[in-house]
Order: sequence, then structure tokens, then C-alpha cells
Amino acid sequence: MFIFDTATDVAPIVLFLFAFQLFVIRERIPNLRQILVGFGFVVVGLGLFLVGLEESLFPLGRLMAQQLTDPGFIAQVSGHIDRALVWQDFYWVYLFAAALGFSTTLAEPALMAVAIKANAVSGGAIGVWGLRVAVAIGAGIGVALGCFRIITGLPLQYFIAAGYLMVILQTALAPKMIVPLAYDSGGVTTSTVTVPLIAALGLGLAEAVPGRSPLLDGFGLVAFAALFPIISVLAYGQLAVLREKTSKAGQEKTELREEQDHAF
Amino acid sequence: MKDSLTALSKDALFSLRDLAPIVVVIAVFQIFVIKQPVDGILSLVFGGLLVVAGLACFIFGLRIALFPIGEGLAHALAKKGSAFWLFTFSFVLGFGTTIAEPSLLAVANEAARVAVDAGVIEDTDEAIAGYALGLRLVVALSVGVALLLGVLRIITNWSLPLMIIAGYVLVIIVTTMAPPEIVGVAYDSGGVTTSTVTVPLVTALGVGLAGSLKGRNPMTDGFGLIAFASLTPILFVLLYGIATQWI
Repeated sequence: MFIFDTATDVAPIVLFLFAFQLFVIRERIPNLRQILVGFGFVVVGLGLFLVGLEESLFPLGRLMAQQLTDPGFIAQVSGHIDRALVWQDFYWVYLFAAALGFSTTLAEPALMAVAIKANAVSGGAIGVWGLRVAVAIGAGIGVALGCFRIITGLPLQYFIAAGYLMVILQTALAPKMIVPLAYDSGGVTTSTVTVPLIAALGLGLAEAVPGRSPLLDGFGLVAFAALFPIISVLAYGQLAVLREKTSKAGQEKTELREEQDHAF
Repeated sequence: MKDSLTALSKDALFSLRDLAPIVVVIAVFQIFVIKQPVDGILSLVFGGLLVVAGLACFIFGLRIALFPIGEGLAHALAKKGSAFWLFTFSFVLGFGTTIAEPSLLAVANEAARVAVDAGVIEDTDEAIAGYALGLRLVVALSVGVALLLGVLRIITNWSLPLMIIAGYVLVIIVTTMAPPEIVGVAYDSGGVTTSTVTVPLVTALGVGLAGSLKGRNPMTDGFGLIAFASLTPILFVLLYGIATQWI
């Protein structure tokens, strides 16, 4: 049964933590009853989540992929076409992917927490909203570009290698304080609800588009959603520095002019 | 009792909010773009409710059980100053939390199903479960190593960008040698490891450790562990793909 399966998934971490508390720190486990009840909730919750996933998020991702790539649907939205489909015909897929990546990331609670912390650490230089929008734009572009890759069947590693190269270049140019934050923001976008849905979307696309194989082309959307926010957050940091420089230069100019005015 | 009920309903609200943007985007597309009846909408809604309820219970349980004991241990071990136990703890924490990570479970099962359809593994329950478990063990191992490396970096104060860039370069080199059917799964597993369970505990470990070492800023030195945890799974799964080719 599913409760038994998830219990074996959770058991290792529980045993490890208890062993450390008892044998390394050598202290009793505080609030043992509360902790045991909590782990009970973890096991039941994980089981329900996985069952719900099979019933809803997986079929939903597949369904969206099938409907948006259906030749009948594409003929209907773009007038009747009697030729083979090219990648431009799938523009609703890219729009859907971008909307999904952007909106789920903007609403992500973990990202909000990171943004508030980053705002405090940077002394206000990194805006809470600015960072959230930067990460969400990165995720939206990432998922849309990932769908484009699945539809065209281009090799995943070219995109990833180009993305990494971009990150390396930007790391050299961006302000130092934004770098660790940017690296971590890649992991923040891929939440527990989003991952199964976009994974199913990718596999569904690879199944529905003629000539693609789910095994070779279906994966990679999650990787795109994790990579592109790094680029967009680094870009956001570079933009913030640029803006500061120009506004400082502007200030100096006006100050100079004022001094000249006083001289006359 | 009443407090925990309000806490539980708050977690349910948070899970609903997690799901809300997905529901809105899909609803808009269904109503205005696709304009077709959806088959089995009842089971979709029911499944969605199960997801919300399950996630709420899961996070509530984490909050009252895993986080207090995990954070307490991270602080106590960082203070204790024994490098051996600190490394052991980081490794075990990464491994244990990743095995219980819901999104990894989901993606590993999908990957196994796709592997069956493509004829890479046999269509038996045993082979599917074995493939999914093997993938999860490799990813869990890699996150354990990632945390070990991350903690080592905080102690030795090595440069984070240099280590990450070296990791990326290594990933690109290993990709050229790996069998093509593992590449997609490998890259995806990097984004999968860093969600509900791992992030809060790992952040507690990093910030706690940087706070108890002299001359470290908990804010800047504490970050970066997640970056390692999303890089090593790619490398390890690629290597796993290369290794299974020869067996």
C-alpha cells in the first residue's frame, strides 16, 4: 500500500536524525510525541500527494500538451493550412509554457522569503519585487525555450552549454554580492507542484509532436526552468549597477552645474 | 490542539496558493484558447484536492517534526566543532532528505515509465521499481556529496563561483561521453532535488555553520549550498548512465 511505500521513503532521515541526537549530541529527543505525530503527517501527506499527482497534475500536463499540439486545433486558430507543421505553428504552446513558468514562480513562497532576505542583506539595493519579477521572467523564458527545443528536437546539451557559458561570462561581470543569490535562485523556481506538471508537459509534447521520442526529447524542461533564472537574476544585478552609475553621473553633473551657478 | 489545527489549515491555504497560478493559467487557456470539453474533469479536480491535502499534511508534519530537530542538530554540531561529525551529518542530511523528496519520487517514476516505453528496461514491476530506486539513490548520493562540498567550502572559504564554474565545465565534458537517453533525465534531476524538504534544512545548516565560524558572514557564506545541490545530481546521473552502459 502507498502508506507503506512512503513510510520506507521517510524512514532513513528519521533514523539518521534520531541516531545523531542520541549518540553524537547525546541528548534526549525534545518533544518526542510531537515529533512522532509530525512524521506520521509527513508519511500520510506524501502518500496522498503522490496519489493526487497521478490523478491530476500528470494527466493535466499531458492533456494540455496534446490539445495545444493537435493539428485540428492549430488549423483552427491559424486558418486552414494544408502543409506540414513547422515550429512557428506551435506558438500557443510557447505562450502557455511562458505563462505557466512566470506565474508559478511569481507565486512561489520560497522565492518571496529569499527576496526579502536578499533585500535586507543588500541594504535595499536589490528590490523585493525586482528580484521576484527577474526570477519569474527567467523561469517563463526557460520553460518556453524548453518547449521550443522539444518541438524542434534540437539537442538539449547545446542549449545547456550555451546557458552555462552565459552564466560564466555574467559571473565575471556582475556585482559580487548578487552571485551566490543568483545561483541559489535557480533551485527555488522548481517547486513540488510545478516540477511534476512541467515534466508531464514536456513528455506530452514529445509524445504528441511527430518524430520526437519521449526518452530523447521529453526531459529537460525542469533543467531550463532552473538555469534561466540564474541568467536573469545576474542580468538584474548588472542592470542595478548600471542604473546606479548613470544616476550618480547625473547627480555629479547637476552638482557641478549648481557649483558653477554659485560661482556666477 | 486548536493551535495545530490553525497551523494545518494555514498550510492547506499555502498549498492552495501554490496550485492557484497553475489552475488560473490552465483555466484561461481551456476557456479562451482551446474551447473544448475536458474529459474526466471530476477526477482532475479530485486529484488536485488530494495534492493540496497531501502537501498540507506533508509540510505541516515537516514543520513540527523534521525542521526543529534538524535545525537543532545543525546548530549543535556546528558549535561542537568536530569536523568529522559535521561532514557525516551534512552527507547524511543531503542523502536522507533527497530520498524523501516528493518531486524526485514523481520524476523518477515517470523516467522509469518512459524507459519501459522505449524498451530500455523490461516492462515488469520489479524492473520499473528497480530503475526508479536506482535513479533516486544516485541523486540522493550526489546531494549528500554536494552538502559535504558546500560545508567544506564554508570552512575553507574557497571561491563559490570558481567551484560552480568548474562543475559546469565538468558537466559539459561528461555529457559528451554519456549515452544520449540519460542526458535529459540527468539535467532535470538537478532542478528536482531542491524543493520542499531539502531547502529549509540545508539553509539552516549553512547559515548556522557560517554563524558559528569566526570571520564568516552568515548571509553571504551561508548561501550557495543549494547551488551545489542542483549541480552534483547532473554529474552523478550522467556518470550513472555511463556506468550502466558497461554492465
